[in-house]
Amino acid sequence: MSFAIRCEELTKTYPGKPPVEAVRGISFEVQEGECYGVLGPNGAGKTTTIEILEGLLEATSGSAEVLGMQWGHDDNAIRQRIGVSLQETRLSERLTVEETLRLFRSFYTDGISPQEAMDRVSLGEKKDAWIKNLSGGQKQRLAVATALVGDPNLIFLDEPTTGLDPSSRRELWGIIESFADAGKTVLLTTHYMEEAERLCDRVAIFDSGKIITEGTPSGLIRSLGAEHVIEFSTDRQLTDDDLDTLRGIESVDRVELLESDYRVSIGQPHHVLPKLINHLSSNEIAMTGLTTRSASLEDVFVARTGHKLTDD
Amino acid sequence: MHPILSITITRLKEFTRRPEALFWVYFFPVLMIIVLGNAFQNQTVETFHVDVIENEHSTDLIEGLSDQSRLEVHLVDTEESSRRLRSGKSVLAIIANDNLNDQKQYVYRIDVKRPGAAAAQNIVDDALQKAKGRVDAFTAQETPFDEPGGTYVDFLVPGLLGIGLMGGGMWGVGFAIVDMRIRKLLKRYMATPMRKSDFLISMILSRLVFMIPQIALTLLVAYWMFDFRIYGNYAAVIFLVVLGAFEFAAVGLMVGSRAQTMETASGLMNFVMLPLYTLCGAFFSYERFPEIFHPIIRWLPLTPIIDSLRAVMSEGEPLLAQWPEIVVMTVWSVIPFGIAMLIFRWRD
Repeated sequence: MSFAIRCEELTKTYPGKPPVEAVRGISFEVQEGECYGVLGPNGAGKTTTIEILEGLLEATSGSAEVLGMQWGHDDNAIRQRIGVSLQETRLSERLTVEETLRLFRSFYTDGISPQEAMDRVSLGEKKDAWIKNLSGGQKQRLAVATALVGDPNLIFLDEPTTGLDPSSRRELWGIIESFADAGKTVLLTTHYMEEAERLCDRVAIFDSGKIITEGTPSGLIRSLGAEHVIEFSTDRQLTDDDLDTLRGIESVDRVELLESDYRVSIGQPHHVLPKLINHLSSNEIAMTGLTTRSASLEDVFVARTGHKLTDD
Repeated sequence: MHPILSITITRLKEFTRRPEALFWVYFFPVLMIIVLGNAFQNQTVETFHVDVIENEHSTDLIEGLSDQSRLEVHLVDTEESSRRLRSGKSVLAIIANDNLNDQKQYVYRIDVKRPGAAAAQNIVDDALQKAKGRVDAFTAQETPFDEPGGTYVDFLVPGLLGIGLMGGGMWGVGFAIVDMRIRKLLKRYMATPMRKSDFLISMILSRLVFMIPQIALTLLVAYWMFDFRIYGNYAAVIFLVVLGAFEFAAVGLMVGSRAQTMETASGLMNFVMLPLYTLCGAFFSYERFPEIFHPIIRWLPLTPIIDSLRAVMSEGEPLLAQWPEIVVMTVWSVIPFGIAMLIFRWRD
């Protein structure tokens, strides 16, 4: 199995007082045909990393190989075989969908027709629509179509569904899933854990310019050792004694206070829940909210970094 | 399709689909010609305002000037005459005296530097001398010369063409590129195999295409409404206009090569264009400025376009005689382009 992307100890430091270390030693590999996710909060260094790999930014140090080639040596060859969708590109508002795709297609020696690219993202019936008249979801799909028009082997998607409503997001997920069926390699960045869980074969979790952990979504969750989570809030703060007692309950892995909620990572909810409720009521602590759910990549993130993935 | 062709066609579509851009580039210069041409059109026969100072002889004086169609005579007292001379309402004051004790019979109060003052004095003096008995040595014949030309419109048209080329290059190329940079479109293109040179060539090519209707429309309106004529070689005019378009496309490229906000871009454009509007002879001759500045003015990018177009269009001079202007324009095409290549900000 050959590698679509390999990078080793990538760093990127921006000058300033003090200098900004956006990326502080990133190493990972993406296999051909896999969908690899870079998951992390805003400011983690995801866009910086992906732009280095797209050839849009120069790393301060470290090495990267894209499709077996290097930036600075084989630039044109790499660009012919990758497709890129940046965060926040505003395409020309007064061109039609078809005209935009035809423009991008003219840059590549080989590729697919604008019509075909449109069809792959379900924009066929908007062929003659001006871009200013497209919805947010349609504009995003067009951005992805511009990445497809050169028939690339490797597709980079930087936060492809940020700012979209749920149904547009799901539509785009379906399109990205079809790339895997076609044997293409995908590297995508996101701060949505459901997106990473659903689309990616493997995920690297980023925080503050470093990779915290890496693996398949299910593997990462299993590594927590606790596959469920109870979240609850109370009318007054729990004491350290309370917390110690809760930690002593069988099947409880950890108890944390995160902003205003308590998060308990557990193995089996049916063991823990009665004992938790019991303890709180016998100490006259009222519960003001309660949810139980399966552990997610967000919990992996929280477990490793102590803070949340998104600032909701 | 070759990228240069597809980018150029794309650029043409983007431009022609914006009504505001079309207005500013095509109709505004036409409007300027119509408005300014009309304002300055009634230069048929100029009349001069002169004052006669009221005294016991002023009635005779006024009678002596009465059949001068080019004079408008006003009877005023000394104080008011001073006021009128000061504010330019009159160009000449005449005082009639008694011709006693070495006093001159007529006194002309005049500032010869005022436009029209010398002409007014000649008319007045001529009329008064004849009234007192001077006889002409001969009568000359007056045959009117009526080939069109030499009006303010004839002066203005090359100026407006130059300004149009400047605006087109600065806003059409420079500002457009800054807009693309802000939208991250330049960065998006950098992720494709598109060549930087293809992009720049297309920007300049599309600018040349847009320029054609702009120049043609301005000339047509000048011809129909104000009898503007081109006395020189048409091919020479085309050459100069194309060179001017290139020149300002290059300057626009340079000015827009790094700006990352609309504010910076507009600031830079205005910083370049406003001095050029005033200094380069578009609306009035730069010869009015002190002589030491003339060589500097001739080296500014807008001046040679206007000077050479005036020489060829109004005076029918040959293209080769414009070689100094052509040199300046070429320098302003090549060097800004080179600088732009060195400092252009393609990505962040």
